[in-house]
Amino acid sequence: MARGRIRAKLRRSNLYTFACLRPTTQETEGPHQFQGPGYSRMVYCNQPHVHEKKPLRYRSNYISTTKYNIVTFLPKAIFEQFRRVANLYFLLAAILSLTPVAPFSAVSMIAPLAFVVGLSMAKEALEDWRRFMQDMKVNLRKTSVHKGDGVFGYRSWRKLRVGDIVKVEKDKFFPADILLLSSSYEDGICYVETMNLDGETNLKVKRALEATLAFDEDLSFKDFTATIRCEDPNPNLYTFVGNLEYDRQVYPLDPSQILLRDSKLRNTAYVYGVVIFTGHDSKVMQNATKSPSKRSKIEKQMDKIIYILFTLLVLISLISSIGFAIKVKYQLPNWWYLQAPDSQNFYNPLRPELSGTFHLVTALILYGYLIPISLYVSIEVVKVLQALFINKDINMYDEETGTPAQARTSNLNEELGQVDTILSDKTGTLTCNQMDFLKCSIAGTSYGKKASDVEVAAAKQMAMDLEGPDPELANVVTPKNHTTLPWETNGQELRASEIELEAVITSKDETDRKPAIKGFSFEDDHLMDGNWLKEPNTDFILLFFRILSLCHTAIPELNEETGTFTYEAESPDEGAFLVAAREFGFEFCKRTQSSVFVRERYPSFDKPVEREFKVLNLLDFTSKRKRMSVILRDENGHILLLCKGADSIIFDRLSKNGKMFIESTTKHLNEYGEVGLRTLALAYRKLDEAEYTAWNEEFCKAKTSIGGDREGMLERVSDMMERELILVGATAVEDKLQKGVPQCIDKLAQAGLKLWVLTGDKMETAINIGFACSLLRQGMKQICIAANADSLAQDPKKAVKDSISMQIANASQMIKLEKDPHAAFALIIDGKSLTYALEDDMKYQFLNLAVDCASVICCRVSPKQKALVTRLVKEGTGKTTLAIGDGANDVGMIQEADIGVGISGVEGMQAVMASDFSIAQFRFLERLLVIHGHWCYKRIAQMICYFFYKNIAFGLTLFYFEAFTGFSGQSVYDDWYMILFNVVLTSLPVISLGVFEQDVSSEVCLQFPALYQQGPKNLFFDWYRIFGWMGNGLYTSLIIFFLNVIIFYDQAFRAGGQTADMSAVGTTMFTCIIWAVNCQIALTMSHFTWIQHFLVWGSVVTWYVFLFIYGEMSPVFSGNAYKILVEALAPAPIYWSTTLIVTVACNLPYLTHIAFQRCFNPMDHHVIQEIKYYGKDVEDRHMWRRERSKARQKTKIGFTARVDARIRQLKGKLQKKYSTLGGRSTLASS
Amino acid sequence: MNSNNTPSSSAGGPGSAAADSTAPPTTRNSKRPKYSRFTQQELPACKPILTPKWVISAFMLVTVIFIPIGVASLFASHDVVEIIDRYETDCIPEDSRKDKIAYIQSSGDKTCNRILNVTKHMKHPIYVYYQLDNYYQNHRRYVKSRSDQQLRDRDSENDTSACKPEDKTANGSTIVPCGLIAWSLFNDSYSFSRNNQNLSVNKHGISWKSDRDHKFGKDVFPKNFQSGGLIGGKHLNESIPLSEQEDLIVWMRTAALPTFRKLYGKIEVDLVAGDVINVTLQNNYNTYSFNGKKKLVLSTTSWLGGKNDFLGIAYLTVGGLCFFLAMVFTIIYLVKPRRLGDPSYLSWNRNPGGH
Repeated sequence: MARGRIRAKLRRSNLYTFACLRPTTQETEGPHQFQGPGYSRMVYCNQPHVHEKKPLRYRSNYISTTKYNIVTFLPKAIFEQFRRVANLYFLLAAILSLTPVAPFSAVSMIAPLAFVVGLSMAKEALEDWRRFMQDMKVNLRKTSVHKGDGVFGYRSWRKLRVGDIVKVEKDKFFPADILLLSSSYEDGICYVETMNLDGETNLKVKRALEATLAFDEDLSFKDFTATIRCEDPNPNLYTFVGNLEYDRQVYPLDPSQILLRDSKLRNTAYVYGVVIFTGHDSKVMQNATKSPSKRSKIEKQMDKIIYILFTLLVLISLISSIGFAIKVKYQLPNWWYLQAPDSQNFYNPLRPELSGTFHLVTALILYGYLIPISLYVSIEVVKVLQALFINKDINMYDEETGTPAQARTSNLNEELGQVDTILSDKTGTLTCNQMDFLKCSIAGTSYGKKASDVEVAAAKQMAMDLEGPDPELANVVTPKNHTTLPWETNGQELRASEIELEAVITSKDETDRKPAIKGFSFEDDHLMDGNWLKEPNTDFILLFFRILSLCHTAIPELNEETGTFTYEAESPDEGAFLVAAREFGFEFCKRTQSSVFVRERYPSFDKPVEREFKVLNLLDFTSKRKRMSVILRDENGHILLLCKGADSIIFDRLSKNGKMFIESTTKHLNEYGEVGLRTLALAYRKLDEAEYTAWNEEFCKAKTSIGGDREGMLERVSDMMERELILVGATAVEDKLQKGVPQCIDKLAQAGLKLWVLTGDKMETAINIGFACSLLRQGMKQICIAANADSLAQDPKKAVKDSISMQIANASQMIKLEKDPHAAFALIIDGKSLTYALEDDMKYQFLNLAVDCASVICCRVSPKQKALVTRLVKEGTGKTTLAIGDGANDVGMIQEADIGVGISGVEGMQAVMASDFSIAQFRFLERLLVIHGHWCYKRIAQMICYFFYKNIAFGLTLFYFEAFTGFSGQSVYDDWYMILFNVVLTSLPVISLGVFEQDVSSEVCLQFPALYQQGPKNLFFDWYRIFGWMGNGLYTSLIIFFLNVIIFYDQAFRAGGQTADMSAVGTTMFTCIIWAVNCQIALTMSHFTWIQHFLVWGSVVTWYVFLFIYGEMSPVFSGNAYKILVEALAPAPIYWSTTLIVTVACNLPYLTHIAFQRCFNPMDHHVIQEIKYYGKDVEDRHMWRRERSKARQKTKIGFTARVDARIRQLKGKLQKKYSTLGGRSTLASS
Repeated sequence: MNSNNTPSSSAGGPGSAAADSTAPPTTRNSKRPKYSRFTQQELPACKPILTPKWVISAFMLVTVIFIPIGVASLFASHDVVEIIDRYETDCIPEDSRKDKIAYIQSSGDKTCNRILNVTKHMKHPIYVYYQLDNYYQNHRRYVKSRSDQQLRDRDSENDTSACKPEDKTANGSTIVPCGLIAWSLFNDSYSFSRNNQNLSVNKHGISWKSDRDHKFGKDVFPKNFQSGGLIGGKHLNESIPLSEQEDLIVWMRTAALPTFRKLYGKIEVDLVAGDVINVTLQNNYNTYSFNGKKKLVLSTTSWLGGKNDFLGIAYLTVGGLCFFLAMVFTIIYLVKPRRLGDPSYLSWNRNPGGH
């Protein structure tokens, strides 16, 4: 940026902050008097070397968010791994397997454990490495630091020390917490964007101390020294206490001089500052809470299953060891061939209790197969792959910002399929925080043809609904061909409006291709290009434009490339007004201390004229006043008061003759409000000289008055002036929703999800957005709970609380008494009331009310309250919650909810860092939940069920066999079979189930959002199903064991006369298990790609291949399995026929079950699968569409509901007319 | 490119606009997931669904396959002729039956004569088995008590750690073969005669060839076997290598269940119905301590092995069950068919408003 320009700016920089109009901070206050603990920090400015030694050696600016480092990785990660009960159990088992009590060799215990733990640890290491790389990226950022003698040079962030003087340039992040010394502006102010800290997008002004303003050049720091004494590091973002000692003077410091790490310098060329807090001492890092590790509901339930299995394990171990003890005591002495007792007391008939105890350990190890060791690792692998699919989903990739969706933690995938309530932030999540000037009403005429997003979306929905005639509506509407009943026109009207809306949609599509002007989507030829001069009421239109271009506090900035102005405004809607004024031909181009210059294309559109308006007074906007005014003198010397504000406020202040257009304007305002536009009314007043002078005196008096009541006085004086106004018109600004938000909300509502909006915004804004998102609609009963502070009461706090309690009770009563099934309620509550409503004694009352309402909007809530509300919903309803947000103010909520989703793609990363999933836009939530969530839930649920099934099926055979060996703990299988069972032979098919299974395709998921409800209802992982699978496992184990045992009982098993020994029986049994469980999984799957086929049948083949290779190895390794397949089993027909019958017998009940289920009680996805399978959706489009529209959950929010409500309304009207017509029409309609 | 999400309303200004345009488009697109049917989960897939047709044909298929197999198995089983003779009580003289253990442990001649009647023609080879009951060859202590190295390899003779307590003699010299299994080697012996003509029993080839060739060494000879105070079972001829001691090899293959048969030998002539076979047996093995039965079994085999009705019955049962199920489903299909893909079965149609 050109140096000259900055200087030019500096000259009027005082105006930027409107210092002349706003009370300045208390400069009279003396230095802070503090000492003692908590305020011990000393910073020697420009002397960083002092801070190299204790006690002034503070933490470096290096940040690390990793969990481990190279040294601590092994112990810590191993510790983490063995915190899982199952892993600990396996570790104990592995240790015990080194002792002689182990039923099988040590390696068969240790190898799978090492594999499983190693894999998990590798994953941990990888994740931590990524975190490390991210830290390093931050740590290696460069910043300009004073290196002595007034020379600045770049240094990486991590090498920054306390006391360093840094120079931060425009649009750069502050590397640490810094005390602002001076800026490129003369008065030492700078603008800071704290998006990363609190999510607020408006710029904040920071101001340097007067004393340090002189240091605004590199060279001036040559000999600068000062001392700062301040508070110790703490996480409070908005407080700071400290003193600056400079030049033997002590100056107090307050938060307005502190630039916080991770905030960004905006609109200021550069600032100089002293580093006070570095690295983890900085406020933002102090604020960083460790994100809680979340576990999904399914996983918690799985733990319960594991406990059940543990109980089962202990139980059968006890049975087995008691049985063993009895055998040892009474029978072992007779079994001479065992030569009991042995020297180690394992088989001592004299001490059966001791032997029994030893055996208990053996049994616990042996039956460990009941608990699938590979379960955790398989789930982890599956989840990582599922996360990969989420990350790679091209439909969740945002082209604009270039960010794909990201599953940041993979352990919540299935939770996505069970969400019940979504808690959403507004700004940046639902809206883009961009205002577009869309419509206006001037002198009672509405301008602006373009439809808002909501209208477009609703029109589309309506068009779709009516395309296939709704049977009920058709009854009412269709018989129009043969009669000309009076009410029939209504039907045509409906059609007509539909066509009109269609036209709107198409026009919208066209304009999208034009280069859009940011903040301006107005479209109406009547006003554009100077055409407004041909309109009636030209005076009012002119005034309207003038108000737009004059009544504001913005600063123009010339874009030198294009020659147009852009505006630096306080709020985005103000910016939108200015852009609109510019487009209408009233270009605000310059502001000086006393004047505003506007380049007007008036009276002729082609030749702009620059006009000067002298600003006499500026009456500020506050949330209490809800209006702002300027008083100015135009070129002709007339004094005008231009005012804009909330319609209710303005309407109260109109003069009698100023109400000319009030009726039509109100109508327009309602229309705008209904489609979710943010409205303001504009008015003016002509003042005569005398009146103004009198008033101005009072105003000046009030302004210069000293004392606490200055604000109040100013307000009163302003109020005096803002009366007798004349209404000009109203504006409608669209708080631009993010792309596809209404559609997405609609779909989510159809999927049965509830949406709560938690926003820091004003109630009005929140309600507007509620309308825009169709969370609110006309005819919905709004329950507004607000704290109307009755300051007269003795105990104001109690009074407020009582009043809120009353309001809640009344509202609940109202809902209870409501008879109309279609009645919908909306709860709107502000932050202050929420403070009380969230107190322990009231919160459940509040929650009950909120749950009864179709939509809930909480406005003016603090980040903490967001988190509290989330916790209340989570704990109060016990359902799964999902929080979505984009800013640091959402972090609490994101961490608190069961699932936190961050909006990435915007600059702030805090929310994303804290989140479990990040998506670039709100609309991707639909896909994330309805497709990925649904799939992942089903996959994981089926996978876990199957896992338990297979391990029970396998583990129990060991138990049965043991009972036949005198409970001695002998296993019928070779050690290697058992190692491979979980790790190789059955793990890949189940992983393929967990990764690739799809009950219905993604399109169908979207078309039938109701399918999503299978997740929240937990249809696939309820105890009924879990026990069903366990029972199936039990049955399978019985079949496998007893069929094998009976078939191989005592006779020869092949023509050669040989009888089956243990290894032959064991191998056959194992073959049966492999076949049975793999066929079972094939029956479970409903979606086979080549991968599933490959893995399932590959596993079976692998078993034979393994057996062959194992048998071919030298007997040193293979032992009794030597040549078992080739020599003993394969030539025996009985081996193959046993496999066949066992496999079929094992799967018969399940097959019958699912066949019966499908026959009598098909689930939704079964029917849809069939429809798809037979191509009925193509054949019978009508049916398909009808079902799709029926598949919506009964919902009261979303624009579908809104359309329905509208249709109902219409029908109601028709019905009324219909009934008055009497019998004639009854005939007609039948 | 111009991001809608720039946080402030500053409309960029030259600085940020420049920053935007300097970002090369390639880096943006690099994050774009590459399209592949795999990552988009759109791989071609077959999605079989269980229509009644499929269910019925699956059950019928099982029926069609299983019934013949069952019938064939039953026939095979019926072709097998089996003579079983339980002798553990009968072979003890009446007067000693009160204390069988004392009898069996006493020295002296325990010869016993048994007569077997052949009721059906038996084609050679006729397999001779001994069957023990209630004998836990699968007990963990028993199964582990062996040394495969020692059996296979002469040099690993001292590898007897697993063999305790039958690893060394009292004076410390290694026992070959060591361990409880070998030590408790079955030592009843049978000889057969028909019409006073000796029926030779072929004891070769009764064990697995792989065992003889690879597990039991040709140069490993029994040593110090059964030389201790406690004699478990059969003595071994120390001049014959282990690979030819087939009784031992068969015995060393531990059985899976407490009731088991082991091959004793083969009679390689046909026996005709009506033949009377005299068996002279030496009743040496102590099963009396644990009330174990002893049986002598003569059996022919079919392609399925020995006599085994169960397999055939199981096949017929499962086949029959599947036939029954197929019928049930057919009836359901005929009586109360559910039109496939009938939307009226969707949950929202079945109980309207029941969400």
